Amino acid sequence: MLMGEVMREAAFSLAEAKFTAGDFSTTVIQNVNKAQVKIRAKKDNVAGVTLPIFEHYHEGTDSYELTGLARGGEQLAKLKRNYAKAVELLVELASLQTSFVTLDEAIKITNRRVNAIEHVIIPRIERTLAYIIAELDEREREEFYRLKKIQEKKKILKEKTERELEKRKVAGEVTEPANLLAEEKDEDLLFE
Amino acid sequence: MAGRGKLIAVIGDEDTVTGFLLGGIGELNKNRHPNFLVVEKDTTVNEIEDTFRALGAFSAGEAEASPDHHDPQLLNETPNRQFLNRDDIGIILINQYIAEMVRHALDAHQRSIPAVLEIPSKEHPYDAAKDSILRRARGMFTAEDLR
Repeated sequence: MLMGEVMREAAFSLAEAKFTAGDFSTTVIQNVNKAQVKIRAKKDNVAGVTLPIFEHYHEGTDSYELTGLARGGEQLAKLKRNYAKAVELLVELASLQTSFVTLDEAIKITNRRVNAIEHVIIPRIERTLAYIIAELDEREREEFYRLKKIQEKKKILKEKTERELEKRKVAGEVTEPANLLAEEKDEDLLFE
Repeated sequence: MAGRGKLIAVIGDEDTVTGFLLGGIGELNKNRHPNFLVVEKDTTVNEIEDTFRALGAFSAGEAEASPDHHDPQLLNETPNRQFLNRDDIGIILINQYIAEMVRHALDAHQRSIPAVLEIPSKEHPYDAAKDSILRRARGMFTAEDLR
Protein backbone atom coordinates (compact mmCIF):
# COMPACT_ATOMS: atom_id res chain seq x y z
CA MET A 1 0.00 0.00 0.00
CA LEU A 2 1.56 3.22 -1.07
CA MET A 3 2.01 6.07 1.33
CA GLY A 4 0.93 8.62 -1.26
CA GLU A 5 -2.40 6.91 -1.85
CA VAL A 6 -3.19 6.51 1.81
CA MET A 7 -2.33 10.15 2.47
CA ARG A 8 -4.46 11.28 -0.42
CA GLU A 9 -7.37 9.22 0.83
CA ALA A 10 -6.96 10.69 4.28
CA ALA A 11 -6.77 14.24 2.92
CA PHE A 12 -9.95 13.68 0.93
CA SER A 13 -11.84 12.47 3.93
CA LEU A 14 -10.59 15.48 5.83
CA ALA A 15 -11.98 17.78 3.14
CA GLU A 16 -15.28 15.90 3.21
CA ALA A 17 -15.54 16.14 6.97
CA LYS A 18 -14.69 19.83 6.92
CA PHE A 19 -17.43 20.33 4.40
CA THR A 20 -19.99 18.57 6.55
CA ALA A 21 -18.95 19.31 10.08
CA GLY A 22 -17.57 22.78 9.63
CA ASP A 23 -14.20 23.88 10.85
CA PHE A 24 -13.20 21.65 13.74
CA SER A 25 -9.48 22.27 13.46
CA THR A 26 -9.25 24.66 16.39
CA THR A 27 -11.37 22.38 18.56
CA VAL A 28 -9.18 19.43 17.77
CA ILE A 29 -5.98 21.33 18.43
CA GLN A 30 -7.26 22.71 21.71
CA ASN A 31 -8.47 19.38 23.01
CA VAL A 32 -5.17 17.58 22.98
CA ASN A 33 -4.20 15.93 26.20
CA LYS A 34 -2.99 12.32 25.90
CA ALA A 35 -1.91 10.40 22.83
CA GLN A 36 -3.81 7.21 22.09
CA VAL A 37 -1.27 5.92 19.62
CA LYS A 38 2.31 5.61 20.72
CA ILE A 39 5.31 3.72 19.43
CA ARG A 40 7.90 1.50 21.01
CA ALA A 41 11.42 1.10 19.74
CA LYS A 42 12.39 -2.56 19.58
CA LYS A 43 15.88 -3.74 18.75
CA ASP A 44 16.29 -6.16 15.91
CA ASN A 45 19.58 -7.84 15.03
CA VAL A 46 20.43 -8.19 11.35
CA ALA A 47 23.84 -9.49 10.31
CA GLY A 48 25.35 -8.26 13.55
CA VAL A 49 23.83 -4.78 13.37
CA THR A 50 21.16 -3.79 15.90
CA LEU A 51 18.38 -2.01 14.05
CA PRO A 52 15.64 -0.03 15.77
CA ILE A 53 12.15 -1.13 14.76
CA PHE A 54 9.07 0.89 15.59
CA GLU A 55 6.01 -0.86 16.86
CA HIS A 56 2.86 1.12 17.42
CA TYR A 57 0.42 0.40 20.18
CA HIS A 58 -2.82 1.87 21.41
CA GLU A 59 -3.30 3.18 24.87
CA GLY A 60 -6.30 4.72 26.50
CA THR A 61 -9.49 5.85 24.92
CA ASP A 62 -10.23 8.10 21.99
CA SER A 63 -10.21 11.69 23.24
CA TYR A 64 -12.15 12.79 20.17
CA GLU A 65 -15.05 10.47 20.71
CA LEU A 66 -17.45 13.33 21.29
CA THR A 67 -16.23 15.53 18.46
CA GLY A 68 -18.61 15.59 15.54
CA LEU A 69 -21.62 14.70 17.62
CA ALA A 70 -23.18 17.93 16.41
CA ARG A 71 -22.69 17.37 12.71
CA GLY A 72 -20.71 15.20 10.36
CA GLY A 73 -20.11 12.42 12.87
CA GLU A 74 -19.84 9.73 10.25
CA GLN A 75 -17.40 11.68 8.09
CA LEU A 76 -15.36 12.41 11.15
CA ALA A 77 -15.31 8.73 12.11
CA LYS A 78 -14.17 7.82 8.61
CA LEU A 79 -11.57 10.53 8.81
CA LYS A 80 -10.25 9.21 12.08
CA ARG A 81 -10.01 5.72 10.67
CA ASN A 82 -8.19 6.93 7.58
CA TYR A 83 -5.67 8.88 9.53
CA ALA A 84 -5.18 5.97 11.93
CA LYS A 85 -4.38 3.78 8.94
CA ALA A 86 -2.03 6.45 7.62
CA VAL A 87 -0.28 6.55 10.97
CA GLU A 88 0.23 2.78 11.00
CA LEU A 89 1.71 2.88 7.52
CA LEU A 90 3.94 5.80 8.40
CA VAL A 91 5.23 3.98 11.47
CA GLU A 92 6.21 1.07 9.24
CA LEU A 93 7.86 3.48 6.80
CA ALA A 94 9.75 5.12 9.63
CA SER A 95 11.03 1.72 10.76
CA LEU A 96 12.35 1.03 7.27
CA GLN A 97 13.91 4.45 7.15
CA THR A 98 15.73 4.09 10.45
CA SER A 99 16.91 0.64 9.42
CA PHE A 100 18.30 2.17 6.27
CA VAL A 101 20.05 4.99 8.07
CA THR A 102 21.55 2.64 10.66
CA LEU A 103 22.74 0.23 8.00
CA ASP A 104 24.18 3.10 6.00
CA GLU A 105 26.26 4.14 8.98
CA ALA A 106 27.34 0.55 9.60
CA ILE A 107 28.38 0.17 5.95
CA LYS A 108 30.41 3.37 6.07
CA ILE A 109 32.20 2.26 9.22
CA THR A 110 32.91 -1.18 7.80
CA ASN A 111 34.23 0.33 4.59
CA ARG A 112 36.58 2.52 6.54
CA ARG A 113 37.87 -0.47 8.47
CA VAL A 114 38.36 -2.47 5.30
CA ASN A 115 40.30 0.36 3.72
CA ALA A 116 42.42 0.84 6.81
CA ILE A 117 43.27 -2.84 7.00
CA GLU A 118 43.90 -3.14 3.30
CA HIS A 119 46.10 -0.08 2.90
CA VAL A 120 47.81 0.22 6.24
CA ILE A 121 47.89 -2.95 8.30
CA ILE A 122 48.57 -5.50 5.58
CA PRO A 123 51.44 -3.59 3.88
CA ARG A 124 53.02 -3.01 7.28
CA ILE A 125 52.97 -6.69 8.10
CA GLU A 126 54.22 -7.61 4.64
CA ARG A 127 57.14 -5.23 4.98
CA THR A 128 58.01 -6.68 8.37
CA LEU A 129 57.87 -10.16 6.89
CA ALA A 130 60.13 -9.21 3.97
CA TYR A 131 62.60 -7.60 6.33
CA ILE A 132 62.75 -10.65 8.56
CA ILE A 133 63.32 -12.98 5.63
CA ALA A 134 66.04 -10.74 4.19
CA GLU A 135 67.75 -10.58 7.55
CA LEU A 136 67.68 -14.35 7.99
CA ASP A 137 69.08 -14.88 4.51
CA GLU A 138 71.87 -12.46 5.17
CA ARG A 139 72.78 -14.14 8.45
CA GLU A 140 72.86 -17.50 6.75
CA ARG A 141 75.17 -16.12 4.14
CA GLU A 142 77.38 -14.62 6.77
CA GLU A 143 77.52 -17.92 8.63
CA PHE A 144 78.37 -19.78 5.44
CA TYR A 145 81.10 -17.34 4.57
CA ARG A 146 82.53 -17.59 8.08
CA LEU A 147 82.64 -21.35 7.94
CA LYS A 148 84.39 -21.31 4.60
CA LYS A 149 86.97 -18.87 5.86
CA ILE A 150 87.63 -20.97 8.93
CA GLN A 151 88.07 -24.07 6.84
CA GLU A 152 90.57 -22.30 4.59
CA LYS A 153 92.50 -21.01 7.54
CA LYS A 154 92.65 -24.44 9.10
CA LYS A 155 93.91 -25.95 5.87
CA ILE A 156 96.61 -23.35 5.56
CA LEU A 157 97.64 -23.86 9.18
CA LYS A 158 97.79 -27.64 8.73
CA GLU A 159 99.92 -27.38 5.63
CA LYS A 160 102.23 -25.01 7.37
CA THR A 161 102.82 -27.28 10.38
CA GLU A 162 103.40 -30.29 8.13
CA ARG A 163 105.99 -28.47 6.14
CA GLU A 164 107.77 -27.44 9.34
CA LEU A 165 107.75 -31.00 10.57
CA GLU A 166 109.27 -32.28 7.34
CA LYS A 167 111.96 -29.69 7.51
CA ARG A 168 112.92 -30.69 11.03
CA LYS A 169 112.90 -34.39 10.23
CA VAL A 170 115.21 -33.81 7.35
CA ALA A 171 117.44 -31.77 9.64
CA GLY A 172 117.52 -34.80 11.99
CA GLU A 173 116.24 -33.03 15.02
CA VAL A 174 113.11 -35.00 15.40
CA THR A 175 112.49 -38.67 15.02
CA GLU A 176 109.20 -40.07 14.71
CA PRO A 177 107.90 -41.45 17.94
CA ALA A 178 107.71 -45.18 18.21
CA ASN A 179 104.75 -46.69 16.57
CA LEU A 180 103.47 -49.40 18.83
CA LEU A 181 101.46 -51.03 16.16
CA ALA A 182 104.13 -51.21 13.51
CA GLU A 183 106.94 -52.62 15.57
CA GLU A 184 107.88 -56.17 14.80
CA LYS A 185 110.40 -56.88 17.46
CA ASP A 186 109.85 -55.95 20.99
CA GLU A 187 113.08 -55.64 23.03
CA ASP A 188 111.38 -56.08 26.31
CA LEU A 189 110.19 -59.58 25.58
CA LEU A 190 112.84 -62.04 26.92
CA PHE A 191 111.46 -65.14 25.43
CA GLU A 192 110.20 -65.07 21.88
CA MET B 1 14.18 -4.82 24.24
CA ALA B 2 11.18 -2.52 24.09
CA GLY B 3 11.73 1.02 25.25
CA ARG B 4 9.04 3.01 26.95
CA GLY B 5 6.39 4.45 24.71
CA LYS B 6 7.51 7.14 22.35
CA LEU B 7 5.39 9.72 20.63
CA ILE B 8 4.90 10.69 17.03
CA ALA B 9 5.44 14.40 16.45
CA VAL B 10 3.96 16.39 13.56
CA ILE B 11 5.13 19.60 11.94
CA GLY B 12 2.68 20.59 9.25
CA ASP B 13 -0.03 22.85 7.97
CA GLU B 14 -3.30 23.09 9.80
CA ASP B 15 -5.06 20.33 7.87
CA THR B 16 -2.24 17.83 8.23
CA VAL B 17 -1.94 18.44 11.94
CA THR B 18 -5.70 18.27 12.48
CA GLY B 19 -5.88 15.00 10.60
CA PHE B 20 -3.10 13.37 12.54
CA LEU B 21 -4.39 14.62 15.85
CA LEU B 22 -7.69 12.98 15.01
CA GLY B 23 -5.65 9.86 14.28
CA GLY B 24 -4.72 10.02 17.92
CA ILE B 25 -1.11 11.01 18.17
CA GLY B 26 -1.38 14.36 19.92
CA GLU B 27 -0.17 14.79 23.46
CA LEU B 28 0.76 17.53 25.87
CA ASN B 29 3.62 16.63 28.15
CA LYS B 30 3.78 17.56 31.80
CA ASN B 31 4.92 21.09 30.97
CA ARG B 32 1.90 21.53 28.68
CA HIS B 33 4.12 21.40 25.64
CA PRO B 34 2.62 19.79 22.57
CA ASN B 35 4.28 17.29 20.27
CA PHE B 36 3.05 19.08 17.16
CA LEU B 37 3.53 22.40 15.45
CA VAL B 38 0.99 24.03 13.15
CA VAL B 39 2.82 25.92 10.44
CA GLU B 40 0.88 28.85 9.01
CA LYS B 41 1.73 31.46 6.41
CA ASP B 42 3.24 33.74 9.01
CA THR B 43 5.31 31.14 10.85
CA THR B 44 8.96 32.06 10.59
CA VAL B 45 11.56 29.64 9.31
CA ASN B 46 13.48 30.14 12.52
CA GLU B 47 10.57 28.98 14.60
CA ILE B 48 10.17 25.84 12.52
CA GLU B 49 13.87 25.13 12.63
CA ASP B 50 13.98 25.82 16.32
CA THR B 51 11.15 23.43 17.10
CA PHE B 52 12.46 20.77 14.76
CA ARG B 53 16.08 20.91 15.76
CA ALA B 54 15.24 20.64 19.39
CA LEU B 55 13.03 17.65 18.52
CA GLY B 56 15.93 15.72 17.08
CA ALA B 57 18.66 15.75 19.72
CA PHE B 58 18.65 13.19 22.49
CA SER B 59 19.72 15.37 25.35
CA ALA B 60 20.26 19.04 26.09
CA GLY B 61 24.00 18.51 25.78
CA GLU B 62 23.72 17.30 22.23
CA ALA B 63 21.46 20.17 21.20
CA GLU B 64 24.22 22.57 22.11
CA ALA B 65 26.71 20.65 20.08
CA SER B 66 24.49 20.66 17.00
CA PRO B 67 25.68 22.83 14.07
CA ASP B 68 23.74 25.99 14.77
CA HIS B 69 26.61 28.43 14.47
CA HIS B 70 25.06 29.93 11.37
CA ASP B 71 21.91 30.99 13.22
CA PRO B 72 22.48 33.31 16.19
CA GLN B 73 18.80 33.34 17.12
CA LEU B 74 18.95 29.75 18.19
CA LEU B 75 20.90 30.74 21.25
CA ASN B 76 17.63 31.99 22.71
CA GLU B 77 15.74 28.77 22.07
CA THR B 78 13.70 27.29 24.88
CA PRO B 79 14.75 23.68 25.33
CA ASN B 80 11.35 22.48 26.44
CA ARG B 81 9.65 23.08 23.12
CA GLN B 82 12.33 21.45 21.07
CA PHE B 83 11.40 18.16 19.52
CA LEU B 84 14.84 16.78 18.78
CA ASN B 85 15.76 17.44 22.39
CA ARG B 86 13.02 15.28 23.80
CA ASP B 87 13.83 11.62 24.07
CA ASP B 88 10.16 10.71 24.24
CA ILE B 89 9.69 11.40 20.53
CA GLY B 90 10.38 8.56 18.15
CA ILE B 91 9.12 9.79 14.79
CA ILE B 92 8.77 13.31 13.38
CA LEU B 93 6.34 13.76 10.49
CA ILE B 94 6.97 16.88 8.48
CA ASN B 95 5.28 18.19 5.37
CA GLN B 96 7.67 18.16 2.48
CA TYR B 97 7.30 21.83 1.59
CA ILE B 98 8.13 22.75 5.18
CA ALA B 99 11.06 20.34 5.09
CA GLU B 100 12.34 22.29 2.09
CA MET B 101 12.41 25.44 4.20
CA VAL B 102 14.56 23.86 6.89
CA ARG B 103 16.46 21.53 4.56
CA HIS B 104 19.83 22.30 6.14
CA ALA B 105 18.59 21.39 9.61
CA LEU B 106 17.20 18.13 8.25
CA ASP B 107 20.42 17.24 6.49
CA ALA B 108 22.37 17.93 9.66
CA HIS B 109 20.28 15.38 11.54
CA GLN B 110 22.28 12.19 11.17
CA ARG B 111 20.90 10.03 13.93
CA SER B 112 18.45 7.21 13.31
CA ILE B 113 16.10 8.15 16.14
CA PRO B 114 13.94 10.20 15.95
CA ALA B 115 13.14 9.16 12.41
CA VAL B 116 12.23 12.14 10.23
CA LEU B 117 9.59 11.30 7.66
CA GLU B 118 8.61 13.70 4.87
CA ILE B 119 4.94 13.53 3.98
CA PRO B 120 3.05 15.27 1.19
CA SER B 121 0.55 18.01 1.85
CA LYS B 122 -2.62 18.78 -0.05
CA GLU B 123 -1.04 21.40 -2.26
CA HIS B 124 2.40 19.86 -2.63
CA PRO B 125 2.57 16.27 -3.85
CA TYR B 126 5.43 14.06 -2.74
CA ASP B 127 8.66 14.52 -4.62
CA ALA B 128 11.19 11.78 -3.98
CA ALA B 129 14.04 13.87 -5.38
CA LYS B 130 13.78 16.28 -2.48
CA ASP B 131 13.65 13.78 0.38
CA SER B 132 16.83 13.93 2.48
CA ILE B 133 16.89 10.24 3.18
CA LEU B 134 16.34 9.21 -0.41
CA ARG B 135 19.13 11.50 -1.52
CA ARG B 136 21.45 9.63 0.81
CA ALA B 137 20.13 6.36 -0.58
CA ARG B 138 20.85 7.45 -4.12
CA GLY B 139 24.39 8.31 -3.12
CA MET B 140 24.82 4.85 -1.67
CA PHE B 141 23.42 3.05 -4.67
CA THR B 142 25.58 4.76 -7.27
CA ALA B 143 28.66 3.69 -5.35
CA GLU B 144 27.43 0.13 -5.39
CA ASP B 145 26.74 0.22 -9.09
CA LEU B 146 30.38 1.00 -9.71
CA ARG B 147 31.55 -2.06 -7.80
